[in-house]
Amino acid sequence: MDLETFFKNQNEKKQLKILTCGSVDDGKSTLLGRLMYDSKNIYSDQLSQTQTESEKYGTQGKKIDLALLIDGLQAEREQGITIDVAYRYFETENCKFIVADTPGHEEYTRNMATGASNSDIGIILVDATKGILDQTKRHTFILSLLGIENIIVAINKMDLIDYDEKIFQEIKQSFKLTSSQFDFKTEEFIPISALKGDNVFIKNKNIDWYKGKTLIEELEQISLFNYEEDFFSLPVQWVNRLSSNFRGYSGTISSGKIKVDDEVQVLPSKEKNKIKKIITPSGEKDIAVKDQAVTLTFDKEIDVSRGNLICSNEKHNYFSADQFASHIIWMNKEKMLPERNYIFRFINSQIVGKITDLVHKININTFDKIASKSLGLNEIGYCKVALNKNTIFNSYKNNKRLGSFVIIDQFTNQTLAAGVIDHELRRASNISWQDMSINKNLRSSINGQKPCILWFTGLSGSGKSTIANIIEQKLHNLSKHTYLLDGDNVRHGLNKDLGFTDSDRVENIRRISEVSKLMIDAGLITIVSFISPFKSERKMARELVEENEFIEIFVDTPIDECEKRDPKGLYKKARSGQLKNFTGIDSKYEIPDKPEIILKTETKNAEDLADQVLQYLKNNNKI
Amino acid sequence: MKLSHIEKLESESIHIIREVVAEFENPVMLYSIGKDSSVMLHLAQKAFAPNKIPFKLMHIDTTWKFKEMIFFREETAKNYNLDLLVHINEEGVRDKISPITHGSKIHTDIMKTQALKQALDKYRFDAAFGGARRDEEKSRSKERIFSFRDKSHRWDPKNQKPELWNLFNTKINKDESVRVFPLSNWTEIDVWQYIFQEKIPIVPLYFAKIRPIIKRNNMLIMVDDDRLELKQNEKIEQIQVRFRTLGCYPLTAAVESSASSVEEILIELLETKHSERQGRLIDNDQIGSMERKKQEGYF
Repeated sequence: MDLETFFKNQNEKKQLKILTCGSVDDGKSTLLGRLMYDSKNIYSDQLSQTQTESEKYGTQGKKIDLALLIDGLQAEREQGITIDVAYRYFETENCKFIVADTPGHEEYTRNMATGASNSDIGIILVDATKGILDQTKRHTFILSLLGIENIIVAINKMDLIDYDEKIFQEIKQSFKLTSSQFDFKTEEFIPISALKGDNVFIKNKNIDWYKGKTLIEELEQISLFNYEEDFFSLPVQWVNRLSSNFRGYSGTISSGKIKVDDEVQVLPSKEKNKIKKIITPSGEKDIAVKDQAVTLTFDKEIDVSRGNLICSNEKHNYFSADQFASHIIWMNKEKMLPERNYIFRFINSQIVGKITDLVHKININTFDKIASKSLGLNEIGYCKVALNKNTIFNSYKNNKRLGSFVIIDQFTNQTLAAGVIDHELRRASNISWQDMSINKNLRSSINGQKPCILWFTGLSGSGKSTIANIIEQKLHNLSKHTYLLDGDNVRHGLNKDLGFTDSDRVENIRRISEVSKLMIDAGLITIVSFISPFKSERKMARELVEENEFIEIFVDTPIDECEKRDPKGLYKKARSGQLKNFTGIDSKYEIPDKPEIILKTETKNAEDLADQVLQYLKNNNKI
Repeated sequence: MKLSHIEKLESESIHIIREVVAEFENPVMLYSIGKDSSVMLHLAQKAFAPNKIPFKLMHIDTTWKFKEMIFFREETAKNYNLDLLVHINEEGVRDKISPITHGSKIHTDIMKTQALKQALDKYRFDAAFGGARRDEEKSRSKERIFSFRDKSHRWDPKNQKPELWNLFNTKINKDESVRVFPLSNWTEIDVWQYIFQEKIPIVPLYFAKIRPIIKRNNMLIMVDDDRLELKQNEKIEQIQVRFRTLGCYPLTAAVESSASSVEEILIELLETKHSERQGRLIDNDQIGSMERKKQEGYF
């Protein structure tokens, strides 16, 4: 081949991102190994290394185990399973393939969703000797949820059932029952043997009843339709003003195309403007299209920043809102808790928000909707989300880049979940804030005090309520207006519908935080005495009020000491199993990172500790 | 107008580079002088055009690089007006650590991995770009584009954060960092095709030339200076070779080749039967060795 032809071919080669999924032992790694081996994308040293490893770890005796070409990490090789997402690359005459190899093991749904989020086509592997399994259904569901429009069902291990057409047809019909519930645009069925190579690259005479394409022909010839919107949109990623005479807006075009002199608007401000220059990776051009990373300059200078969206002036479906409904795939061992604050990461913004309602959980084997209070690892739910401020989004169906988000833990920074937006939710817009002529400062000035929350946190029996009581008495003696919210007391009234599960604990604290905020507004020194075991909720309470109004007091008593005191006999009950979800025993307590005050009850008595708090209030001009 | 495979890769990489600048306070680009680094640097320039790259570049110099690499590094820094840092593990120099006497494992650990950690700590970089590609090596194929490192720069392959769409998790706590790989989805052929199309300058060692070579453990090693002492029965031969990958010269094997231009390299590559990392002696220490090195902080 001469070089000119080579480059022409290279330039015309399409890029296909594919995902292989299936259950454990369906032969995914073997199929991938086969695709790379038959397309001659494996170098001889890699092959000889695989040969050495095959003899050590392989399942094919002295023969090369193609699966080992694929399984990257050592631990996986030893266990013989793929435990993470691996990306592989191979090319044929017409196509360059990027393959996400994702595990089929039941507990690794999250990895499959990860692979699917960046793929155009899903190959679902079915073991012909086993037929459709629960996990096959689960994978089909995830592909559909993540907007994969084209699927190929590769019915593998045909060699083990003597290439029996009847079994193939049965599996095909059974799969169609499942997939008819979704909206795939194309769906093809191919009988293959990844181990022998039948119908992967080469047709096999053993399957002469099959008249269709081989797997590779199917992939190369598939036409991908884009069902997304084609109005122009570009989420502003970064503002380029590195030199004083230049201001450009950089980002990757998320839909449509843009030309010089096009009229655009910037959301959320809705300011109109005209495109002056388009700087593409190949220099200044008159036009740029979806997926290109560009820098735009405007006719007139306006204020634009990361998080804004530049879009078509004529038509668009973007929302600037703070509430939406979405499907959420939970990907962490730490359970999802409604009302807990999380970071929501969108294409060009990160906003704190929470899941206000878990409308239903989805049984991904039967697709039934079931009621639930929280989501665990690998569970999928339909949720309502409320953010602390507006962001710009679209539905996932209309625009994948602007309709997707991930959820990040505020403390551990773990990626907890992924979500696809269904539609915007309107906040009851007829409830606006009522302006009041008497405000917090006026109310509290009468009392000669600054309102604040003294938030006591600590284990049961640590001495919170005892110290809180003494402080209230002392403040009362100083003619200060106070109110004490005690955990046990509030649970008799306002919160009597709540139990002690993690999600109820979150709601418990949320209500108390809101009540405390009202008390602060009333000008009171508010004393809160709750175990409040989670950092997230204490942070939420802190963020509800102004800086310096929240004083976190950690009553630091070791659990052994609390258990020895056991004033209410609760530890005894918890130890004997009569009491579930008890903090410190079978429910965790997260120690505060930077409380304003730490009270050590082992070395000082309650009276002295109360004085320590009073001194803090004086030093900080609260009283 | 449809984007070609290469154009898609190019835009994807630029997006990643810009995202780091938008989200991190003190990023750095690890510049290894190799072809992948040259491509990464080229992409960074495109990402911020018409302005200059808004971060520093850093080379971890093991003091055993080919002389031509160092010359090329200085030329590049001058031509592109780069803000380039060079870091050397001075303790290693003091202890006279050498790949020849100490072997590849110890040398790489001290002069590369430890040196890198020293530099990252010294300058307090919170994000470091690397030119690694997923098609290079098995353990790399599973690494995220934004790959988290803890306070001691360690990688935990079993505890990687899921990475969906192009929504990268950029949240880190104090003293933690990320390694970012903008070329994750490029293959060796993609890189060469891009170098050809964009006329990106690369170190001449990639092109075939008659060079002074000794044969050691079935590898062709170039005698770049007199620190490489000949063993019994070894003799310097003048052989036409080139390098597919560049590192410390005693650890980098040459291949016999007559490909003296990018075009010829591409043709050779299409017909070749060996992967580029074959010339890296350090990968072959033990099964899973790259994974182990990466966990310890190697790039």
